[in-house]
Amino acid sequence: MLKTILAARETLLLVAVLLLLLLVSSRFPAFIEIDNLVKVLTDTSPLIILALGQMLVIVTRCIDLSVAANLALTGMVVAMLNTAAPELPIVFTLLIAVSLGAVLGAINGLLVWRLAIPSIVVTLGTMTIFRGTIFLISDGQWINAHEMSEHFSQFPRGSVAGMPVLAWIAVLVTITAWIFIARTPTGRAFFAVGSNPHASVYTGIDVGRTQCIAFIISGALAGLTGYLWVARYAVAYVDIASGFELEVVAACVIGGIAIAGGQGSVVGVLLGAIFLGVVKNALPVVNISPFWQLAISGAAILIAVAFNSRSSQSRGRLILKEAEQST
Amino acid sequence: MSQLKTAHSSSEDFPPVLALQNICKNFTGVRALNNVSLNLYPGQVTALVGENGAGKSTVVKILTGIHQPSSGEILLAGEQVQFATAHHAASAGVTAIHQETVLFDDLNVAENIYIGHAPRSRFGLIDTQAMRQQAKALLDDIGADISPTAMLRDLGIANKHMVAIARALSIDARVVIMDEPTAALSHKEINELYVLVEKLKSQGKAILFISHKFDEIFSIADRFTVFRDGGFIGEGKIKGVNESELVKMMVGRPVDQIFPTRQPDLGNEILQVSKYCHPTEFDDISFTLRRGEILGFYGLVGAGRSEVMQSLFGIKRPCSGTASVDGKRLEIRSPADAIAHGIVYVPEDRGKQGAITTLPIFQNVSLPSLQQTSRRGFIRLAQEFALTRKYTERLDLRAAALDQNVAELSGGNQQKVVIAKWLATQPKVIVLDEPTKGIDVGSKAAVHEFMAELASQGLAVIMVSSEIPEMLGMSDRVIVMREGRMVTELRGDSLTPETLVRHAAGIGEE
Repeated sequence: MLKTILAARETLLLVAVLLLLLLVSSRFPAFIEIDNLVKVLTDTSPLIILALGQMLVIVTRCIDLSVAANLALTGMVVAMLNTAAPELPIVFTLLIAVSLGAVLGAINGLLVWRLAIPSIVVTLGTMTIFRGTIFLISDGQWINAHEMSEHFSQFPRGSVAGMPVLAWIAVLVTITAWIFIARTPTGRAFFAVGSNPHASVYTGIDVGRTQCIAFIISGALAGLTGYLWVARYAVAYVDIASGFELEVVAACVIGGIAIAGGQGSVVGVLLGAIFLGVVKNALPVVNISPFWQLAISGAAILIAVAFNSRSSQSRGRLILKEAEQST
Repeated sequence: MSQLKTAHSSSEDFPPVLALQNICKNFTGVRALNNVSLNLYPGQVTALVGENGAGKSTVVKILTGIHQPSSGEILLAGEQVQFATAHHAASAGVTAIHQETVLFDDLNVAENIYIGHAPRSRFGLIDTQAMRQQAKALLDDIGADISPTAMLRDLGIANKHMVAIARALSIDARVVIMDEPTAALSHKEINELYVLVEKLKSQGKAILFISHKFDEIFSIADRFTVFRDGGFIGEGKIKGVNESELVKMMVGRPVDQIFPTRQPDLGNEILQVSKYCHPTEFDDISFTLRRGEILGFYGLVGAGRSEVMQSLFGIKRPCSGTASVDGKRLEIRSPADAIAHGIVYVPEDRGKQGAITTLPIFQNVSLPSLQQTSRRGFIRLAQEFALTRKYTERLDLRAAALDQNVAELSGGNQQKVVIAKWLATQPKVIVLDEPTKGIDVGSKAAVHEFMAELASQGLAVIMVSSEIPEMLGMSDRVIVMREGRMVTELRGDSLTPETLVRHAAGIGEE
């Protein structure tokens, strides 16, 4: 029963995305050519990767507002590393980005776990600290395209089977996240913890530790995105991806992740991110002001949240009906 | 205190100020109150007596407008009234001092007393000055030396209680309900409370006094009313009864439940708990348990039974003492350790602590056993379903499909999911905390039968329960706890409803 509702929600989101594409293509047919769709996907890839990490955090009843700052700090560190050691193989750059991101995520996770500080406070704090750190290590200087080595900035743009590496990474992360959630004990634990922390304790799951793992994964993905972002735009400075964390949370909410934890799916998040990506890319094409884009994203969030609460309400009524029948 | 007992009460002929007549209350399928009556007389203390689950709290909630009766009448000074909200009840002069006082830590004393009905100034704003003065007067009146501007957070439990009493009296009360008012108080404070009760009586207020402690009831009450299983059993003057008559009325019930017959086949000792202590919850708990045995833990709510079990399961930390399984001493730091040693705990509150209702059945059942069903870190769904099917079939779970969400199941079936989850870990010792609380009779019988079957298969079972029939019907042995200590161990002929209640309530041994 609930499964069908969940499925319906994702179907609905898919229909919304398709309708949007249809609408845009009626005025600008070139928008739905494969080449352009790949471009849109590539452009949305950072959002997809971050939203999948964020999803795990939200599912465990936390929130990670520091992802964009983590991304910017990691991006700056790998960019500076690249100027210092231009010949460093890309594998190491990736490794460093992911590890540094994970460490920054672990700081969030440990504060939430060990000191039991609410995650919104922790990540609001670390968000500012991470941004401040970028300024400290870079002296507020930019690192521009000409300072980066060729293979560093070209890697995400490299094409494999007609699609840029950046988009392939998003696809890979999506598949991994899906398997991780569906088929590993830790993946299960996220949902158990978010759905009913008390019951999870009695089941032998360490709630704090599970939340910490979610933050580490979210941080690692933010670190990965940090390198990809800096390389793709070929620039690193204090304010890159400023405010992007809200777009990430928005993608999750539109994708049907319950902000109260315990519910959500990879497909939902993927569609939520793609929806935002299509809106962002389509509106300029049909000559609609970017301010409309904000309004549309905002409306989509409200509709999604209203839809979520409505579906859980109808579930409540169903139980009541059963109870009435049984009396 | 004897003068309280004989305190003159010529109000015999007065009609009750508040009367409940033929009240019934149904909660989704469960009848909590069945045709009960209750009369409260001005200037008299009426003690409401009954076991856990007799319906006392429900009556309090009906009197204070939190619940509405399904049928029956409430008469206030002879006139029929309806308490549709808590506010209605309060403005009718019915006020309650609750078991767990409902106060606001971050407001000051005067604000706590007058929240919701603060005195207003000419402009409709709260008149802080007047509020503080009135609060001071109220506190003085009940002999509490508390500043009206003190923050509630900074007060001790006893003083908080005085604030709660002042709050109850701040509305012009005709009826004062005291729901286990002495639970958190010291001996001296209890005596002060008695003086206060005398004062309220002399002001002509009707008092409903709920307590499990018989010495209190006999020293303070003028009348009594007994409930049992949501039904009215009797009422009368306290002078006309003695303790054992009252106990009989509380527990003497017809045998309306049939329990499985068991031939306990006790094996070797599997669990030893020795000198378990906890700084606040319990002290010096030692017991042993054998394979195939069902050991009952009886006591009043708050006696520390669940806390002992939670310590055994690694949720609470005992400050000293040891536990061993199969003679091997355990280091239990977390529930995961306990599960690994073969101890599982099925908690009391299914909704909050048991099932994860937004996950499907199979994910609930396999949750603590995922290591079993995984290979190289990946869950094998076929194994997971096989495990779930095996244990849910044994429990005769009624569900449309194993990937159905637990939220859609009935209470009894949710309980089965939780038990199946634990059985799947193949435990040696299973602790069932109030295993049949709030489930229908049919499911109860199924749980009992299953409990018997578990024991016959050599599992050691600990059952924490507040239901006397269940204690008598299922246990081989019962340990009674009171105020964090083991009071006695009962078995065979010494295991009767009367002995259970006597020991749990602390009524002097014969």
